[in-house]
Amino acid sequence: MASRSVAKDIITLRGSAAIVSEFFGYAANSILYNRGVYPEESFAKVKKYGLPMLLTQDEGVKSFISNLTAQLSEWLEAGKLQRVVLVIMSKASNEVLERWNFSIETDGEVVEKGVSREKSDKEIMREIQAIMRQIASSITYLPCLDEPFSCPHTSFGHGSSSSAGGFIVSLPLDVLFTGVFDVLAYTDTDVAVPFTWIESDPKLIANPQMVKLHSFDTKIHKVDTLVSYKNDEWDEQ
Amino acid sequence: MDRFIPNRSAMDFDYAHYMLTEGRETKQDQTVCSPAKEAYRKLLAESLNMNRTRILAFKNKPPTPVEHFPSENSTASVRPTNSAKPRRHIPQSSERTLDAPDLVDDFYLNLLDWGSGNVLAIALGNTVYLWDASDSSTSELVTVDDENGPVTSVSWAPDGRHIAIGLNNSEVQLWDSTSNRQLRTMRGCHGSRVGSMAWNNHILTTGGMDGQIVNNDVRIRSHVVETYRGHQQEVCGLKWSASGQQLASGGNDNVVHIWDRSMASSNSPTQWLHRLEDHTSAVKALAWCPFQSNLLATGGGGGDRTIKFWNTHTGACLNSVDTGSQVSALLWSKNERELLSSHGFTQNQLTLWKYPSMAKMAELTGHTSRVLYMAQSPDGCTVATAAGDETLRFWNVFGAPEVAKAAPKANHEPFSQLNRIR
Repeated sequence: MASRSVAKDIITLRGSAAIVSEFFGYAANSILYNRGVYPEESFAKVKKYGLPMLLTQDEGVKSFISNLTAQLSEWLEAGKLQRVVLVIMSKASNEVLERWNFSIETDGEVVEKGVSREKSDKEIMREIQAIMRQIASSITYLPCLDEPFSCPHTSFGHGSSSSAGGFIVSLPLDVLFTGVFDVLAYTDTDVAVPFTWIESDPKLIANPQMVKLHSFDTKIHKVDTLVSYKNDEWDEQ
Repeated sequence: MDRFIPNRSAMDFDYAHYMLTEGRETKQDQTVCSPAKEAYRKLLAESLNMNRTRILAFKNKPPTPVEHFPSENSTASVRPTNSAKPRRHIPQSSERTLDAPDLVDDFYLNLLDWGSGNVLAIALGNTVYLWDASDSSTSELVTVDDENGPVTSVSWAPDGRHIAIGLNNSEVQLWDSTSNRQLRTMRGCHGSRVGSMAWNNHILTTGGMDGQIVNNDVRIRSHVVETYRGHQQEVCGLKWSASGQQLASGGNDNVVHIWDRSMASSNSPTQWLHRLEDHTSAVKALAWCPFQSNLLATGGGGGDRTIKFWNTHTGACLNSVDTGSQVSALLWSKNERELLSSHGFTQNQLTLWKYPSMAKMAELTGHTSRVLYMAQSPDGCTVATAAGDETLRFWNVFGAPEVAKAAPKANHEPFSQLNRIR
């Protein structure tokens, strides 16, 4: 193994940003497919990272993800993106069930001085491949999302007449969002908020279980993956 | 056959226990971080980094997956989908008008409050009246002496039974409205009149013309537990967030302060979390958003006329809208994403805004002088306003009572779990 010389490729800031945002697009698709957020039939297979990857064919979801990754790429190039979080929420209760957290460490010197780094493209692809495999196999331990589970809110009942009831925890939007996933970007404070983004709360899960996945490193951006999920308390049912 | 018999007296059980437990942990595979450790590390990192970070969500949402969760629980209340809901009719005029003679025409006071027991309290001069919304009956709670009055603020405790009354002479009285009994008088917390108050469980927070904000524990003899200093002029707006973690205060010095309980210290004057100086006139109108945590709406007086939105976590101003008129009060709808503002010259109107687009949904007129005070019914449907024209008006602006019952009840402490994590 040591005798095989691994050819190194030049990685620029722009190239690295493209790799990371592209990774995020594929990872998001994979999560949506594997977690059953959208029906299987709406995905098509493509070859990427040496694996059969699934991409949504739904125009709405497609454009959502491509707009997203375009913005992420911009922030990555400016060195201002700290992490991206894909949040999966219950359709009925808007409770956060799963949080796919991608933390990003950026090499400041590259952003400031415009230098480039060297790493084998193949090596990066291998690292990403490992993460994609882990995402696909996560269904073996993550709680099933489409199982009937009792919504904790039902215990308060409709009978309650307290004036404190009636709070709705949901997203600040014109159109009432009854969908089930959302994407949050954690950026530096000096980032100008683009028109299509809005300040948000972190949508954390109370007392989550957490699993750390593999990371990948382009030598300019290092991406760590962590999935946290709501404790499945209703196993007995 | 030999048996190995351990010499128990020679064993150091404590050391053995240590080696079996702690000792092993340090040798634990460093690359596999235990979930608990990882979680703790992350939470720590999150709280440390928060002031260098802003969190953004993409506005244009992906389409809803249709029919995908076949198990829609019949017990879980189904929120009426927005697309199917017909636009409700908002009556443009008040549903009812009552006389309010001797209502003090002073922008900085807070003379109206609607308690959770569905009783409205209004201060007219030296007297506090209670109006029971369930049977429309009126009773007098108290009339104070001329030298102590007039009454400068009223505030119902969360239980809807006890009520605090702030006076011009700087005293605060606490009353039990069911027995019509005065429970105590709190003195010495302020140097001049108490024009604003807000409750946080058993803490009554009072704001004075002296610029000071005092947290009073009404259960104990020595009631002053904390003093917040920062305003240079009268504190006219005071509101606790739903979680009770943050307090917003507005003053005649045009400043809005956000105070955070986690920064409290009992002896030294407490430092504010944020000092927001964007308004160019007195800020009395304050309202915490019920459906988005850490979102505060503020309204400026005659020289400002704007409504501003703030992320109280970061202190960032998210939006500013020119209303064209002095803003005296703000109320969020409990059922929809709507905001209601009350105004003065020239229309003396109430404006209903869609949030976050801030499109005007309705303008309600009727008052013939500037609207000074506004309160919301406990069922969230009706709003009461009192104005310099000495009338008290009721508006069914947030929807008819039957519709409201369909609104789902979320966790009764909706944001408490967010704050505990931090």
